[in-house]
Amino acid sequence: MSAALARVSEVAATQTRVAGLACRLDGSGAMYLEADATLVVADLHLEKGSSFARRGLMLPPYDTRATIAALADVLDRYAPRRVVALGDSFHDRGGPDRLGGIERATLAALVAGRDWVWVTGNHDPVLPPTIGGEVVSEIAVGPLALRHHPAPEACRELAGHLHPVAKVVRHGRGVRARAFLTDGERCVLPAFGVYAGGLNACAPAFAPLFPGGFTAHVLGRNRLFAIDHRTLCGD
Amino acid sequence: MTTAAGLPAAFRDWFATRGWAPRAHQLDLLEHARAGRSVLLVAPTGAGKTLAGFLPSLVELAEAGPAPLKGRGLHTLYISPLKALAIDVARNLEMPVAEMGLPIRIESRTGDTPPHKRKRQVERPPDILLTTPEQLALLLASRSAVELFGGLRRVVLDELHALVTSKRGDLLSLGLARLHALAPDLTAVGLSATVREPEALQRYLVPQTADPPHAEVPGGARPRSTQDGPDAAGWSPPSRPALRAPQDEVEPGRATLADLVVVEGGAEPDIRMLELDRPLPLAGHMGGLSMPAIYGLIGQHRTTLVFTNTRFQAEFVFQELWRLNEENLPIALHHGSLDVEQRRRVEAAMAAGRLKGVVCTATLDLGIDWGDVDLVVNVGAPKGASRIMQRIGRSNHRMDEPSRAYLAPTNRFEILECTAALDAVHEAAQDTPDPRSGALDVLAQHVLGMACADPFDLSALYDEVVSAAPYADLTWEQFEAVVDFVATGGYALRAYERFAKIRRGPDGLWRVRDGRVAQQYRMNVGTIIEATMLKVRLSRSARGAPGTLIPKRGRVLGEIEEGFCEAMSPGDTFIFGGEVLRFEGIHEDEVMATRTSQGTDPKIPTYAGSKFPLSTFLAARVRRLLADPAEWERLPMGAGEWLDQQRQRSLIPDAGELLIETFPRQKRHYLVAFPFEGRLAHQTLGMLVTRRLERARLKPLGFVANDYGIAVWCIGDVAAREAEEPGFIAELFGEDMLGDDLESWLDESAMMKRTFRDCAIIAGLIERRFPGQEKTRRQMTISTDLVYDVLRRHEPDHVLLAAARADAATGLLDVKRLGLMLARIRGRIRHKALARVSPLAVSLILEIGRERVFGEAADDILAEAETVLLDEAMA
Repeated sequence: MSAALARVSEVAATQTRVAGLACRLDGSGAMYLEADATLVVADLHLEKGSSFARRGLMLPPYDTRATIAALADVLDRYAPRRVVALGDSFHDRGGPDRLGGIERATLAALVAGRDWVWVTGNHDPVLPPTIGGEVVSEIAVGPLALRHHPAPEACRELAGHLHPVAKVVRHGRGVRARAFLTDGERCVLPAFGVYAGGLNACAPAFAPLFPGGFTAHVLGRNRLFAIDHRTLCGD
Repeated sequence: MTTAAGLPAAFRDWFATRGWAPRAHQLDLLEHARAGRSVLLVAPTGAGKTLAGFLPSLVELAEAGPAPLKGRGLHTLYISPLKALAIDVARNLEMPVAEMGLPIRIESRTGDTPPHKRKRQVERPPDILLTTPEQLALLLASRSAVELFGGLRRVVLDELHALVTSKRGDLLSLGLARLHALAPDLTAVGLSATVREPEALQRYLVPQTADPPHAEVPGGARPRSTQDGPDAAGWSPPSRPALRAPQDEVEPGRATLADLVVVEGGAEPDIRMLELDRPLPLAGHMGGLSMPAIYGLIGQHRTTLVFTNTRFQAEFVFQELWRLNEENLPIALHHGSLDVEQRRRVEAAMAAGRLKGVVCTATLDLGIDWGDVDLVVNVGAPKGASRIMQRIGRSNHRMDEPSRAYLAPTNRFEILECTAALDAVHEAAQDTPDPRSGALDVLAQHVLGMACADPFDLSALYDEVVSAAPYADLTWEQFEAVVDFVATGGYALRAYERFAKIRRGPDGLWRVRDGRVAQQYRMNVGTIIEATMLKVRLSRSARGAPGTLIPKRGRVLGEIEEGFCEAMSPGDTFIFGGEVLRFEGIHEDEVMATRTSQGTDPKIPTYAGSKFPLSTFLAARVRRLLADPAEWERLPMGAGEWLDQQRQRSLIPDAGELLIETFPRQKRHYLVAFPFEGRLAHQTLGMLVTRRLERARLKPLGFVANDYGIAVWCIGDVAAREAEEPGFIAELFGEDMLGDDLESWLDESAMMKRTFRDCAIIAGLIERRFPGQEKTRRQMTISTDLVYDVLRRHEPDHVLLAAARADAATGLLDVKRLGLMLARIRGRIRHKALARVSPLAVSLILEIGRERVFGEAADDILAEAETVLLDEAMA
């Protein structure tokens, strides 16, 4: 992923529509809703490294820095009026307190000067006011509901939580990469955080969300690839 | 020299009643033990090594008389690389002890030993304990280590030649250093098969002198000033005199060595090439042509072991032999992926002499006696001269009778390799790998273990660690970085001080934070990282719904690596358990498969060469053989003629030269090189040369590598470029490819990521995954690929990356060997532009499609998947 992080701005975004709204699927894993000038990112999982360190697993502490840098890059490119973080923005409740000085300042600078909406998730059900922006459990943009956990019934929504990745196998070689999953009405966004793992798009959790199947927009090295769900493989 | 008279009467009588005389080396070892010397015993299989190793302990314990009721403490510790071997040796040792009526308690301890027994072994230790390196590490990391090992007299290390070449050997060396520190009177006995350079093993057994020269390097010296309080930057002063090697007084800078006892030869092995009356194919690894001859040999012998280099080859050979098996000879299959039950059945049948033949892989390589084997056949090239000797040792496990063995090459390159191996066996030349530098990830594990045992003083621990031969060159800075890593991850961004796993207390000693960290250590101990295995189940269709498979029903055939399954799509066919199966899908941790109809070819190509690359030593012999036409007459089955044709149509390089051929074929331009440096180094070479060709805009499409060379195919014409720009090819193979090109490849190399993952697990950065845990822990685990990416970007000099790099140098990427090759061929490249493929190159070109090629084609694969839908729409 480091290569992808380094040159994500060279990755051509895909233009598509969800619930009729024009949007761009960015190579970073962010989605840009054009009419509302709103950028949506899911599952940042900030301070996941330090969360593991508490348990004695000393993962490199640079994850928050790297995720925020990637966020800064995509904000720079789209200059959105509003940002919606779709929940699990911090890996645990103590995450905001553990932010390092530089990370805290960088994040504050990103939040300042635009509307910033933190949707709560299961990892961060509560966020301290010091983090800035607005904290909500759900927000509507046009016909779309933006929430962390996808609703069980059919609806028009943008959601995160599941960290979809798509796997393709051809000629004895497998490629596994993060993906947006959408059926045109609903979209599940890939996790944006650098330490966030992935759940295979063929996992049972996705099937009820897309009874008519879905297209996976897979984040490639140079562009996104629109791949039919029937072409994907399980792990 | 001690004579049999030096033995106590009970022992003399015991030997006599069995009609044996103690062997000279057995008495020799007794004498060394009495003199308090550590010793390495080098002897061929069947020389009575194990008894020799234990004899001094048995004599001492017998002379000491019965132990007091509560035991007298551990006297002898035996370490084996295989737990089965530890159990086997315990059993073999019980026999003389029982027959002589000696008051000696012998017990084994492995991962399978029940907790109550383990507890008792610590509270009331046996006289002799037989165990594995991992169990030793666990015992040493416990609070009772000082008491348990304080009175230890002897440690016996079996199959030492096999242990020292791995990270397990590093772990054991650190354990041994600790044992020497806990029990200063301890002597070590190493048992080894024949090795060319025993000195490395002699060094391994005894503490190396402290104060290595690098400790005096300015800036490299550890601070010796006293500092108070738990200051992370200040290290405590040495609290006790540096360890001195008890073995000998030596000059500074010279290694300390254990004594050496060598048992010469035994009978000359009767080993030859399996010659057929027709030429072998130019490529392929399955050896189909040799099967009738091998089947004939099985019929003529009591029990034949047929060794193969890979599981897939074993599967194929087994299938082919049964196809020929009109007499219904009992021929069985044994490899590590088969169900344990099935393996145990085969082993029992073999020990009972009920089998005529067993087709097997390296799982049978080490140590254990299996019945009455009188012939060994090795299908394919042996890849190393020592390995073939080890395998041959399986036949006629008596030193005075010659071992009988055949090498059955499967293609013409392997004829060269087998000839070179036979020459080496004949000269009793062995290819022992270079002694390792101790791995830093293993050291990290050990440091945490030592903190779990007792609070340690940093400087004293350093002295102890560098007394272990593999770590003799470890600098204070490296040690410091490892300790820092154990404590807080060792990152420049000091984010985790408050979570430190080990801390320095006010008394200057380092302690483990709490019991949870100690528990983490115990769960993580060891250096063997098992590939995640999936069960292969022969699935059945649901009744009334043909084609719908019921998960978790049907017979389990064995296990297969997860990585192999990842590359399969439903409907693909592959060989497993002696039959061709159809892959139907994965359900949880199981592969669902069905039988295919008779005669179906397996579709999934699998690399069928050896898991081990061609050894450096054998490779050099192959190059010399190739370069000397006078030798070609000796090469059977068409290999001589093949080289003759190569000489006429292209050229034969000198032993020190690199031959590079270019030629067009089917609208592609090929570049073929023959470095003979083994498959791993060639794969790395292939990746790097492909990148360079891409940069030169020659549009490479792919490459293939085997043990002998690489072939790259391009849209652009490499020969034309060389004509325009003389020196282009020499530059292409320049040593600078190990600079930026290697670096940028390491960013994404799947093999490098695998290497890093293993280091991260061993060092305790992430938790080991255990079978069955996967599902529940999925949310808690983290992909080391992500960690690797972040670390390379933010802290490229981190100690764990250094550890992974050191592994890459000699492991899966074999960068070190590649570097030596590039230096060797500088200015000695012979380029030959040809109009068509040469005889040598044919062998390589035929590999195309057999092997998975690792490339950068991720986007191509996604793009192709994208068009699937489009194709359907247009159809």
